[in-house]
Amino acid sequence: MKAFLAACVALTVIAVCAAVVLDRVNEPVDEAFTSATSVRI
Amino acid sequence: MQAFCVAARIALGALVLAFFLSLTLPALAQQNAPVDPQASVQSEESLLQQFPRIEGIIDQPNLRESVLIQPDGRIWDHFHEVTLRWIGALAILGTLALLTGAYLLLGRMRISAGRSGISILRFTSFERFAHWLTAVSFVILGLTGLNITFGKILLLPLIGPEAFSAFSQYAKYVHNYLSFSFVFGLAIIIAMWMKDNIPEKADIEWFRQGGGFVKSRHAPARRFNAGEKLVFWGALGAGLAVAVSGYLLLFPFYVTNIFGMQIAQGAHGIVALLFVAIILGHIYIGTLGMEGAFEAMGTGEVDINWAKEHHGLWLADEIAKGRVSNQQAGATPAE
Repeated sequence: MKAFLAACVALTVIAVCAAVVLDRVNEPVDEAFTSATSVRI
Repeated sequence: MQAFCVAARIALGALVLAFFLSLTLPALAQQNAPVDPQASVQSEESLLQQFPRIEGIIDQPNLRESVLIQPDGRIWDHFHEVTLRWIGALAILGTLALLTGAYLLLGRMRISAGRSGISILRFTSFERFAHWLTAVSFVILGLTGLNITFGKILLLPLIGPEAFSAFSQYAKYVHNYLSFSFVFGLAIIIAMWMKDNIPEKADIEWFRQGGGFVKSRHAPARRFNAGEKLVFWGALGAGLAVAVSGYLLLFPFYVTNIFGMQIAQGAHGIVALLFVAIILGHIYIGTLGMEGAFEAMGTGEVDINWAKEHHGLWLADEIAKGRVSNQQAGATPAE
């Protein structure tokens, strides 16, 4: 049971760390719409 | 007269040339003529086939943004919306039907000699930690992944579009972020247990003796039996495949283009669904299917009579290493 709970805590920590790191790597989609350059299709 | 003949030959030659040109020109014209998008008889498909992609012109440095429609995406869309669902339904429902049949026909596999009341250590705390880290991650990844494939037809009608949209958005985040704990856990498992999962001669004998399902026969096994080894190597192969294909999708355009990602998505979906089917069998054997099996991952200890029945060679190894005394190993049934 302790091993199971420790695993749950560990996967939560890993997931949160991954979220923080990935959020820094990826630019939010809003950036595309607030760009100063124009878009013509 | 001679001049008339020359003129007649020229006129005849011109007529023949004109005749052949009249045969070939319409075909050439048909090939090169652009499709009139206003014509009522043009199908959408024929319009899309005019170009590999329907592209525009943009000022952004990222030129792939100029692709408006990729007709090949329709093949992928059909695969994702139809084919993959059939593969998944057959794999998962088929496995569930097989396991239900096995339970109804064979029942729960009991420890023949009964419980001895003496337990021996099968998995250390760290081994169980790595197993549960991978297992819990896998279950959540499986459920959130199944929502991507089946959510629209199963969950959406039940909870409505707004709730489904919110749930799916967060489920996808969870799917992305938990992939790291799954891969981390899988890497530890591979490093810990690979040496115990190398195929050997006893595995052939294990299959010959019915893999422990025939009570009158004894199927020899060391720490992991041949069935567990199949699950190990299956999990290793499928885990690597879903990890590689998943990270290609998680980091779009870093390694491959849209076509590559469509292939990766197809492979990810198929392998993941088969992986779920394999693990359903693993969960069944470890819980409902076999008495005494869950304790190995629950407390880490198993009854010595269970070890004798299912992992006799491993028990002999443990005695030889001095981890289990002969007195323990000779335990008699409690009954």
